[in-house]
Amino acid sequence: MAKPPLLEVKNLRVEFPTRHGTLVAIDDLSLHIDPGEVLGVVGESGAGKSLTGAAIIGLLEPPGRIAGGEILFGGRRIDKLPDAEMRRIRGRHIGAIFQDPLTSLNPLHTVGRQITDTIAAHLPLTPRQARARALELLGEVGIPAAAERIDHYPHQFSGGMRQRVVIALALCADPKLIIADEPTTALDVSIQAQIIVLLKRLCSQHGSAIMLITHDMGVIAETADRVAVMYAGRIGEVGPVSEIIHKARLPYTIGLMGSIPSIGEEVERLVQIDGSMPRLNETPPGCRYHPRCPNAFERCRTERPDLMPAGPSRVACWLYDSPAEAPAARPIPAAARATGGHRARGAAAAATLIEAKGLKQYFDVSPPLLTRILERTGRRIVRAVDGLDISIAHGETFGLVGESGCGKSTVARTVVGLFDATAGTIDYDGVSLSTREERARNRSVQQKMQMIFQDPQASLNPRWRVFDIVAESIPEARRTKAGGFKERVGELLRQVGMSPLDGDKYPHEFSGGQRQRISIARALGGEPEFLVCDEPTSALDVSVQAQILNLMVDLQRNLGLTYLFISHDLAVVHHISTKVGVMYLGRIVEWAETRRLFTRPLHPYTRMLLDAVPDISKTGTQRAQVEGEVPSPIDPPGGCHFHPRCPFANARCRGESPENIMVEGTSVACHAVQEGRLPAWKTG
Amino acid sequence: MISFILARVLQSFVVMLCVAAISFSLFTYVGDPIANLVGIQSSDEKREELRESLGLNDAVPVQFARFVSRAVRMEFGISYQQKRKVSSIIAERLPATLELSILSALLALGIGIPAGIYTALHRESWFSHLVLSGSLIGVSLPTFLIGILLIFVFSVQFHLLPSFGRGEVVQLGFWSTGLLTESGLKALIMPAITLALFQMTLIMRLVRSEMLEVLRTDYIKFARARGLSNRTVHFGYALMNTLVPVITITGLQLGSIIAFAIITETVFQWPGVGLMFIQAINEVDIPVMSTYLLLIASFFVIINLTVDLLYYFVDPRLRVGRDVKT
Repeated sequence: MAKPPLLEVKNLRVEFPTRHGTLVAIDDLSLHIDPGEVLGVVGESGAGKSLTGAAIIGLLEPPGRIAGGEILFGGRRIDKLPDAEMRRIRGRHIGAIFQDPLTSLNPLHTVGRQITDTIAAHLPLTPRQARARALELLGEVGIPAAAERIDHYPHQFSGGMRQRVVIALALCADPKLIIADEPTTALDVSIQAQIIVLLKRLCSQHGSAIMLITHDMGVIAETADRVAVMYAGRIGEVGPVSEIIHKARLPYTIGLMGSIPSIGEEVERLVQIDGSMPRLNETPPGCRYHPRCPNAFERCRTERPDLMPAGPSRVACWLYDSPAEAPAARPIPAAARATGGHRARGAAAAATLIEAKGLKQYFDVSPPLLTRILERTGRRIVRAVDGLDISIAHGETFGLVGESGCGKSTVARTVVGLFDATAGTIDYDGVSLSTREERARNRSVQQKMQMIFQDPQASLNPRWRVFDIVAESIPEARRTKAGGFKERVGELLRQVGMSPLDGDKYPHEFSGGQRQRISIARALGGEPEFLVCDEPTSALDVSVQAQILNLMVDLQRNLGLTYLFISHDLAVVHHISTKVGVMYLGRIVEWAETRRLFTRPLHPYTRMLLDAVPDISKTGTQRAQVEGEVPSPIDPPGGCHFHPRCPFANARCRGESPENIMVEGTSVACHAVQEGRLPAWKTG
Repeated sequence: MISFILARVLQSFVVMLCVAAISFSLFTYVGDPIANLVGIQSSDEKREELRESLGLNDAVPVQFARFVSRAVRMEFGISYQQKRKVSSIIAERLPATLELSILSALLALGIGIPAGIYTALHRESWFSHLVLSGSLIGVSLPTFLIGILLIFVFSVQFHLLPSFGRGEVVQLGFWSTGLLTESGLKALIMPAITLALFQMTLIMRLVRSEMLEVLRTDYIKFARARGLSNRTVHFGYALMNTLVPVITITGLQLGSIIAFAIITETVFQWPGVGLMFIQAINEVDIPVMSTYLLLIASFFVIINLTVDLLYYFVDPRLRVGRDVKT
């Protein structure tokens, strides 16, 4: 540490004055970033990560304000600078990248103009030079045909390309520090991989340091040099990335790491941290984590720990205070993950519960007739699901993964009958439920299928009490039996780990995880056998996700449920599923038993996804670059849909759509596999 | 582009045809036109003869087709009361209304938009609060009351401005203008303010809320994070995006300024088409009423068409198709 740090934050305090008193969002936070270093800042939502970033670049949204501490950039104090001077630092010395590339660009200006505007604000270049530099930057971030694309508007770029433009904008005045706030969260796995690689490469070329704010440990594991773990407005632990991932010392980090599913290991249950992060107005005294901490002792409840050295890391935890204070009676906690093959679940060959064949779901998104005639264009049909076969046995969990736009949510909705399938059959336990008439005739069978949605905030009626929300799902016939009705709702709430007393409250009084529990209780009301879960944990923090996943595993064991589990998250699907299907543009390109699929993937797309996914088991590993993005399902490529991105494509792949074939227990639709053109999958 | 305009123009035609049908039905269903044309003494034969010669015995679709083809040639018949061509009455009255409406629209836009921007950018300043509370008056007081109050203060109490009429006008070809004489300009002030006040406050509040919305977006945050100057962020980025939705509403409001002119013209005895329409209603002058209906509808259609085209030029998302290739 010969050089002084590039950025130093000392005892930062951020407050929000409200009518009910002042809320302290960030309390006594100190950190530093060295030149060229990647500092990962992780934590669950509400930990104050984004606020820290906003405070550093002086963009706190009012009424939020810096109430204490100082921020030094290259030794110069910047937290008290007047706005005009701060503006010269933003963009010039400290750049920023935000989460959503779709909304980060001004829709009314060309990307070229947005870049040259920014260059003009910082560098003494003529308009012509600025444009030349903009072109150069666009080429550098990997935008093909930059000379032509520079005059395009943001909406003409795909999501991944837009995030590249955002990076070009952040880099255009060569800042020494980039604050990247969840730069890949809104992107698909394969694009996420491209962006991370790009960001890292560019920053090392330009010698810029990165403050990488994210909730995704997988991204941190691959990208960061050092990691700071935040909890409730404070840094709990900070240290080199390998220490944090493999030898976490803070009980919270240990719990957090254990609660993240990984494609590298199989566990029956995830480590569960009960409860959730305290709200700003009810932060507990002492260590803020003590109410959830399994290792808390007296001192934690009263005294606030500050960062203290522990090995190569620094930890804010009394367990690591002087040895005299922490006797052997308090063992240093270690990651305890109950291992064991959960694939044993439902492994016995069970009868088929639900089977869909040749399922198609098309949506007509044609422009109005008049426009079609005038522009001589035909109808536009989105082939969301395009000939899909799926068969799920009793007690099984079928995981369906794919990138956004591949049609996985449409499958969920079509299977439960929210959409009328364009073609194909759906059989449930021998009863055909393919058409609306059949579903109406077999209401009682239909009710055995229930659905859990992604966003518990949007799927619960905010004006209803929880009791009514859950009660509504209990079928009429059973509702008239007056006596047991109330008890039944209470029992449902208990089943999902809530109290019957919670029935009197409204959804907004609960946290995200609790709301998802309520939607599960609602789904259970009709005593279903089959639950379709559409991204049930995507809107949740990892520790809460672990609670919900554990709950789902318990419910499956106790009630004998069968799941169709849909997610974009490979690790989650790997954790919970017995079988996994990979979807690409409306078709399942490969399905197999979970372990088989993840250890011996056959389809090039599956291999690409597995290569791309950031995972905590991949710390510091180099990954293969993945090219291209998912094309539009309106006009999918002919032949095999995947051929434009496939390194093994030949003439047959371009012309002929592959059929599913069975190869050693894996069903795969790929000419290359069939013809034996594919190399073996690297193992290990 | 061409197909977009064509589609819009075709839609406008359909709208105009519908309005023409309503306008036409006034003749058929509101009173008997013959009774309005002939004296009480006329014999039944004479009435029948007139009916035949005017084509009133033809089938309704034939009559409608004739009505439309005449309207296209700007022939709207003869006023029952004034016994003059309706087209020439309108030509005489229209300049007064247009001058009043356009000036009001300019006032509403010229004050409403800057005030909206100011109150959005300086949310906490005392002047913003003052403007906002003041705007409540504009929204809540009915137009005629404001007109009468203005007349009471500036005409009755202080004798500064005329209380009615257009003052002296100058004839420029077919156009009569009050903008070139002192009395004409003086006469224009109060009606224009009265007519503009409501729209002005509406536009101001709209611009303000849209702008506040835009200032919260990610691309504004990102623009600030890149160190762009406040001027670029506010006027280059935020204002443009604010105006996209504002244009639509504002266009519709301009149409209603012309339509609402009826009340203002009545209060100030302004010799425009609005006043003409009120008089026509009093006198059951069907040709004048139906022509006024067509006229206002065509204004709305034209303004809407213009707005759609403007939208097309302001928002590249409509103009430039999404690129499929990546």
